[in-house]
Amino acid sequence: MELDPLILSRIQFAFVVSFHAIFPVFTIGLASYIAVLEGLAFKTKNPSWVKLSAFWTRVFAVVFGMGVVSGIVMSFQFGTNWSNFAQATANFLGPMLSYEVVTAFFLEAAFLGVLLFGRDKVPPGVHLFAAVMVATGTFISSFWILSANSWMHTPAGTEFRDGVFFVTSWSEAIFNPSFPYRFTHMVLASFLTGGFVVAGVSAWYLLKGREVEANRKALSMCLWLLLVIAPTQAVVGDFHGLNTMEHQPMKVAAMEGNWETSRNVPLLLFAIPDQANQTNRFEIAIPSLASFILTHEWDGEVPGLNEVAAEEQPPVAIVFWSFRVMVGLGLLMIVFAFAGLVLRAGGRYWQTPWFLQGLRLMSLTPFVAVLAGWFVTEIGRAPWLVQGLMNHSEAVTPSLTGGMALFSLIGYFVVYALVFSAGVYYLMRVLYVGMEDSDIDKEYGSDRPKRPFSAAHVPFDIDDNGTHKPLNQGGH
Amino acid sequence: MGMLDLVLIWAFIIGFGIIMYVVMDGFDLGMGILFPFAPTEEDRDTMMNSVAPVWDGNETWLVLGGAGLLAAFPLVYTTILPALYIGVFLLLAGLIFRGIAFEFRFKASTSRYLWNWAFAGGSTLAAFAQGAVVGAYIQGFEVTDGVYTGGALDWLSPFTILTGFGLLAGYALLGSTWLIMKTEGRLQEWAYRITIPLLLGVLGVFVIISIWTPFVDEMVKDRWFSNITVIWILPALTLICAFQIFRSVRNRFEGMPFVATLGLFIFTYLGLIVSRWPYVVPPDITLWDAASAYDSQLFLLIGLVFVIPVVLAYTAWTYWVFRGKVRAGEGYH
Repeated sequence: MELDPLILSRIQFAFVVSFHAIFPVFTIGLASYIAVLEGLAFKTKNPSWVKLSAFWTRVFAVVFGMGVVSGIVMSFQFGTNWSNFAQATANFLGPMLSYEVVTAFFLEAAFLGVLLFGRDKVPPGVHLFAAVMVATGTFISSFWILSANSWMHTPAGTEFRDGVFFVTSWSEAIFNPSFPYRFTHMVLASFLTGGFVVAGVSAWYLLKGREVEANRKALSMCLWLLLVIAPTQAVVGDFHGLNTMEHQPMKVAAMEGNWETSRNVPLLLFAIPDQANQTNRFEIAIPSLASFILTHEWDGEVPGLNEVAAEEQPPVAIVFWSFRVMVGLGLLMIVFAFAGLVLRAGGRYWQTPWFLQGLRLMSLTPFVAVLAGWFVTEIGRAPWLVQGLMNHSEAVTPSLTGGMALFSLIGYFVVYALVFSAGVYYLMRVLYVGMEDSDIDKEYGSDRPKRPFSAAHVPFDIDDNGTHKPLNQGGH
Repeated sequence: MGMLDLVLIWAFIIGFGIIMYVVMDGFDLGMGILFPFAPTEEDRDTMMNSVAPVWDGNETWLVLGGAGLLAAFPLVYTTILPALYIGVFLLLAGLIFRGIAFEFRFKASTSRYLWNWAFAGGSTLAAFAQGAVVGAYIQGFEVTDGVYTGGALDWLSPFTILTGFGLLAGYALLGSTWLIMKTEGRLQEWAYRITIPLLLGVLGVFVIISIWTPFVDEMVKDRWFSNITVIWILPALTLICAFQIFRSVRNRFEGMPFVATLGLFIFTYLGLIVSRWPYVVPPDITLWDAASAYDSQLFLLIGLVFVIPVVLAYTAWTYWVFRGKVRAGEGYH
């Protein structure tokens, strides 16, 4: 069989980006949470807040460190696998990506060190300020990346001449039509991720009876946050969908599994899209509901995949099912958020075992939902890389062979599998050690900034004597 | 265009970024290359401690350079990266292992030997790949209508394997002279001992490359043997630096070997630039051919005018904080 460099490059890009994306999605939400905890600690002087903030800062350090390493690969992918795309879009995407790097640098250089290592070294107000700036920095970083990505979906402010995009208006290009929706949707997804992870971990500690007071506080705030964010996300997602229908109708058609443009389109709860025959099998549907959701009229017209030739349709089954996974998990999140509200009376939210066990499991769902949503939006764009103007096969590196693409795909897979296993294993240890041991902060204290993981204070492994001899990397 | 030739400004920024990356990541990659040969495990701790606080910042120059290159000279980015596809993968894989080893080795006891291997292997792989990239650059690329049309392994030739080993030796030399400056006692003695052999290795590769290159490339030959004789000052300065390393090691100077090695790298780099100027993708794409739109170069430049001074100041501050000797099991004080 002939190896196809295009398919392999798409798989590789999807893999590398998916792997990288789960880190920032978590750190954006967590950074804001830490900033809030720092604010509460500053205002109330309650030691529970300090304890929580110190613990979650350690988790943040590890996740951030992993994200940085996996991010190095990203900026080279465009050149190695998508050189025609890079060449065509460099006038816009080059500055966007550079500004992102620069923003990330500022965040890391100036404020992360103070947040991770400065608690006892700088005045509390300065430490709080650093926490707020780190949180702000994560938003600014994602601003650039999402602007660049949104532009590929709704290219505006540029002129396509002789195979190259030239920027005619920076403001129109940066604030392109789908950017506000995509950015808001992503920020809320980050809050949901941070919220459900903190809730799940707090629930686990409460089940174990560890640090009950602090974890009750943490769980309570998460449940309030989720109660607001989870339903809001559904509304924002709806607006995002309407925007997509305006600019990328075929993506919406694939999400709905709608083959023919028509009115009174049903909402499919279950179906197996059959792209070869341009139809669905085993449909279970609610009549007219898709029309109502998308047009807010029961007999509204919804675009169908038949508006374009079969080879210009996205892979319907993947988009259709990814969308259902995302929405299904989103609804489950709303259910848990409201269950938390119901259980709040009498403080039952922190002593109802099924609820706490459920929250533990729920801590993984935002990651799945984010990846599913990302699949919907990116695969749903196929065959376009820049909507309507450049498709995947025009974008791929001309000299790339299937063999090279396969080699690097397997290579990245192996490298990331090793790195990720070590990272997840270490993160589990940090969570296992928990917040009781925050005294070791003192022991390791140092008057100088260090690398992110240094903030974690948790050994990677234990030697045969059951003790751990860490390398003393700090001063005294 | 008109008012201001941004292309030259950008050429300077990218050129500056590359040499900053090479010398700064160079000595910490050198640390990884020397890692398996260190006298004791305790010395390995000291070696890693001597670079741990700064390597992360050093890497910033690579990412900044990559993104800046895409923004300012997309044609360079999109012809050279495909040409070096496999090499770029090896470089990135090496850097990932090295970066992760930095984080985990400090946390590990029983598995520390694994992180030692990840650190040494990753650093060596990354350094060799970078050296081969330099060789491939001297060799030139097969480009038709702004698109790379060569094969997957064109970059790997006897010549690039030689430059790969040359840079391995060069980074190891940066590493050993860094250790002379930053350590004392047994480890410093060891560093003094290995510096001269490493220097001889580097010079050996230099000599072979200097003889070989004019045969590989007509244009380089013309440049060096034409009437612009002033450029011969660069190899002359390179040799003076090499002599200075030799002399300062013999006299047991502590800072000078590292400074002279930096000089060695900088003058070699300038020599490489004058060999090619103004061609940025050899053999025939110039800086101006490769540049992005004037507007785009300007848009990013406005931001970088503020950022680059901050990056430099932060870098200088970090090195200032970590000045002085590093000792085993103790860190700085």
